[in-house]
Amino acid sequence: MRAMVYRGPYKVRVEEKDVPPIEHPNDAIVKVSLAAICGSDLHLYHGLMPDTRVGMTFGHEFVGTVHEVGSSVRNLKPGDRVMVPFNIYCGSCFFCARGLYSNCHNVNPNATAVGGIYGYSHTSGGYDGGQAEYVRVPFADVGPAPIPDWMAEEDAVLLTDALATGYFGAQLGDIVEGDVVVVFGAGPVGLYAAKSAWLMGAGRVIVIDHLEYRLAKAREFAHAETYNFVEYDDIVVHLKKITGHLGADVAIDAVGAEADGNLLQHVTAAKLKLQGGSPIALNWAIDGVRKGGTISVMGAYGPIFSAVKFGDAMNKGLTLRMNQAPVKRQWPRLFEHVRNGYLKPSDIVTHRVPLEHIAEAYHMFSAKLDGCIKPLIVPSAG
Amino acid sequence: MTEPTTDLPTYTARKPPNAETSEQLRARIPGWGADLDPADRPAVPRERFDPGTSGAHWEFPERQPEKWPRERSIEHAILTPVFGTSCPPKGLSGAIRKFSYRRYSEGRAAHWLLLVAADRVDAWESHLRSFASPRPDNPITQTGVLAEFTRHGIASRRGRRRADVVHQGLDPLIVAGPWLVAAGAVVVGTRALLRRARG
Repeated sequence: MRAMVYRGPYKVRVEEKDVPPIEHPNDAIVKVSLAAICGSDLHLYHGLMPDTRVGMTFGHEFVGTVHEVGSSVRNLKPGDRVMVPFNIYCGSCFFCARGLYSNCHNVNPNATAVGGIYGYSHTSGGYDGGQAEYVRVPFADVGPAPIPDWMAEEDAVLLTDALATGYFGAQLGDIVEGDVVVVFGAGPVGLYAAKSAWLMGAGRVIVIDHLEYRLAKAREFAHAETYNFVEYDDIVVHLKKITGHLGADVAIDAVGAEADGNLLQHVTAAKLKLQGGSPIALNWAIDGVRKGGTISVMGAYGPIFSAVKFGDAMNKGLTLRMNQAPVKRQWPRLFEHVRNGYLKPSDIVTHRVPLEHIAEAYHMFSAKLDGCIKPLIVPSAG
Repeated sequence: MTEPTTDLPTYTARKPPNAETSEQLRARIPGWGADLDPADRPAVPRERFDPGTSGAHWEFPERQPEKWPRERSIEHAILTPVFGTSCPPKGLSGAIRKFSYRRYSEGRAAHWLLLVAADRVDAWESHLRSFASPRPDNPITQTGVLAEFTRHGIASRRGRRRADVVHQGLDPLIVAGPWLVAAGAVVVGTRALLRRARG
């Protein structure tokens, strides 16, 4: 089969690999029809996530058709069209039994602090991902679900991570009616978080980024008020000014490890790998939210320490909430929102790229070329 | 004497008002307030003990066969019943990785810094190995840099005041820098050897 393969920082190519075999009785092998590149894949691509091995296939957002099932699989059969949450989880451990699907204890021998994620380094379990023609899907009776007949495949693939994570980010903000919500980052997760904040009753939604084309999308798609931090000497002071010097009630970090806006932080983290991530957006969230406010962290950071302004968070009495999204818990409600038109996930897709051209897709997404917001990968398109 | 006063509600008990009321927002934004009630939000409460609903039909999953000694965090009591089998450790990078997992917990910076170091060694080993293969690494095609020409590299940056343009020049240095240093070392070393051979 053809598969994307990591060759070292900033380098990927497509190689011929064996179709993955069934390795556990509850495995399924899925033939991928559509995949995506996630902003967090760029952390791997840039060599920021520890134990990212040359030869690994990335990709934790994908949908497809069941090709083969293991002997204990009851809920799926070959030919079923399925969407697969980015979380790999057993459904039965201490954490899964309590709904913390992203924190499963039975799928990642490499780290207890991280659950299992497709194609996301050995720190997330060492599973190959879905930017390929075929992918092994463990616990086929637990994670995947049939794609509803009425749902477009492009919407389904975005429900496997980006939309579920953005909505979850708004949800962790514990938004109440009339809250002022500031979202740092106008990438896919930030756009979905901003849109979801309205569903939860926000009274004002502000999005901050430095890419004008993404801020334009935030205004159009998420009805948000936007600010380009490059245009302000100090974006925290500006945020205070536009909120009556109070600060936002809720701040959502939808940027994570490679945030821009402070050269020293960015270079020490994203380039020199001396921090687990560049916490610029998180620090702006801490300083920009009001005392007693809530911060929701959806941005992905590596496991190494980061220079976070924790003293301010403590002194301000903030509530910090965060987790990888337990995707399948979000689905029933999100399916309703997609069906009744409140959310149209595929509105943010900007590029559809054949698997064979994935190196250019990674570079385009990483360097933010051509107005790229969300690139999809099509394995079958030559 | 005048009463102390301020236009800023922040310094009083009032909250600054929003520009639009809930009714105006409901009329303008499709779905506004649909999940106003936290009970309608799908992961509330965060922990909900409900082990029968995940689809799992086991108390503890069957164990996947371990085909080679699988490295694992020493914070785990056992090898997890299911695990990824991509890219078994090999070479010097594999030795560093196995040492890091065997010796240090996730709580130790040494664990992660060794794994990052192993990643760099892995890239070097793989690049060198590729030169002895029918398909050597190709920095032009693998970096996707040709997208600069097909995806409007200049127009995407020029006049945009993007914060990332300041440091994007470091990227080629990160990719090519180690190769240039190695090539320089080879040149210097070869010249030194030749000089010594000539007496």
